[in-house]
Amino acid sequence: MPNPGDLTLSRRHLLIGATSAAVTTAPTLAKAQAPVANAQAATVGAPSISKVSFLVNGKPRDLQLDTRTTLLDALREHLHLPGTKKGCDHGQCGACTVIVGGRRINSCLTLAVMHEGDKITTIEGLGTPENQHPMQSAFVKHDGYQCGYCTPGQVCSAVAVLDEIKAGIPSHVSADLLAPPQVTAVELRERMSGNICRCGAYSNIVDAITEVSGRKA
Amino acid sequence: MKPFTYERAKSPTEAAAVAARTQGAKFIAGGTNLLDLMKLQIETPTHLIDVNGLALDKIEHTPEGGLRIGALVRNTDLAADQRVRRDYGLLARALLAGASGQLRNRATTAGNLLQRTRCPYFYDSNMPCNKRQPGSGCAAIGGFSRQHAVMGVSDACIATHPSDMAVALRTLDAVVETVRPDGSARSIPIAEFYRLPGDTPHLETVVERGELITAVTLPRPLGGIHIYRKVRDRASYAFALVSIGAVVQRDGTGRVALGGVAHKPWRVEAAEAAMPRGAKAVAQGLLAGAKTTHENAFKLPLVERTLAAVLAEAKG
Repeated sequence: MPNPGDLTLSRRHLLIGATSAAVTTAPTLAKAQAPVANAQAATVGAPSISKVSFLVNGKPRDLQLDTRTTLLDALREHLHLPGTKKGCDHGQCGACTVIVGGRRINSCLTLAVMHEGDKITTIEGLGTPENQHPMQSAFVKHDGYQCGYCTPGQVCSAVAVLDEIKAGIPSHVSADLLAPPQVTAVELRERMSGNICRCGAYSNIVDAITEVSGRKA
Repeated sequence: MKPFTYERAKSPTEAAAVAARTQGAKFIAGGTNLLDLMKLQIETPTHLIDVNGLALDKIEHTPEGGLRIGALVRNTDLAADQRVRRDYGLLARALLAGASGQLRNRATTAGNLLQRTRCPYFYDSNMPCNKRQPGSGCAAIGGFSRQHAVMGVSDACIATHPSDMAVALRTLDAVVETVRPDGSARSIPIAEFYRLPGDTPHLETVVERGELITAVTLPRPLGGIHIYRKVRDRASYAFALVSIGAVVQRDGTGRVALGGVAHKPWRVEAAEAAMPRGAKAVAQGLLAGAKTTHENAFKLPLVERTLAAVLAEAKG
């Protein structure tokens, strides 16, 4: 834990400290409630370490990880790519969305060790402040965010959504299952429903994606 | 999460054998439900067998004119398959009505079938739940039960099965194929795959210890009009209050199954004879013996009205 008197403490470190403090109360609670189910795990007990190698933003990465490490935590805590955000950590908010093998997924609901040989693209791999991805520029232009916390996930998701439409993958709102889906506001809203924005920038996000797709917003 | 050891499966039979002889072992494929539950220590496997490398990700024609869907076919790929879209539109529609784009990219056919209930009391380890901890009681009975089951319930559990895909598979009479730890294969009709809660709500399917799902087979296409109608609290990315999977033929005959009302996809074949007579007659047969709480009694009229909408849509 960092020294509480240290005024150079960053927001990120403060949050990490707060999280670990909260976690210390959890085991007592779990033990009290599920003694039977957890007895085995307690005797087996020790963390298990496993190796995994994958490509992140084009760079080969070799890691030795506790098997419990999610892809999200591997990216943030082990590879120091904090662009990908941890929101709910249960696949409900989409802040952790990254692109694996060309597909967007929730990096919080997958184990890093399950991605041997995979190609992973995070927000850092899409673009940089100096050399932005067109989707990042469009989010800036259309104010597709307010606080910005969900934005990396929104942008990764949006890039993949346009690829999904291009690939002809239908959605819940596609009227005809056999016709190629179009980039419409209704389609984008449905396809982006796995990315929550508590600031409510949704309509601007739809405008940004529409612009990148080449259609008039 | 509790610590666990991890291995990548080499073949379906070997994976089944390892799972059977290893205490606390579980298969992991998409992991979108299992990891969610492991983080909450509702699932506490001590060994994970990763089956993603087993090449069970093909969709093939069967000699009978149907389709054989590999257990690892992702929900996105199944919904996007041209044959599924053309001949089993109900299945594509059900898949697309479920979860989010990110989750469908990862979730598999077998994992979708085996996902656990989203009953909030199952998820809350401070509350009793016979499914999570057998014998501890059911907090949903007498609790917040708006989402809960109205058909086939017991005094031990009123949870619903959350899958949309399973409702479509039940309507289509799919068959679940598995391999057992001794290497033998078996075929389980979807009608016999799920259990009602009874006194053992923690047992949700007839899948045995170590048994691994390898595929789901669809019979020959039924033709007709395919409709999946899902009623939920928001327009996207929410579980069903009530859903209806239906295949309706030109003469008004057909099949129908319900989601969001029971511990399994709910279908009563005998009730389908009434389809040409309209929603009220069918709903009567489907919902005979319903047991509601004051919070979920609305599901009975909601089923009838949604069914009326489905039958009207089928007429065009």
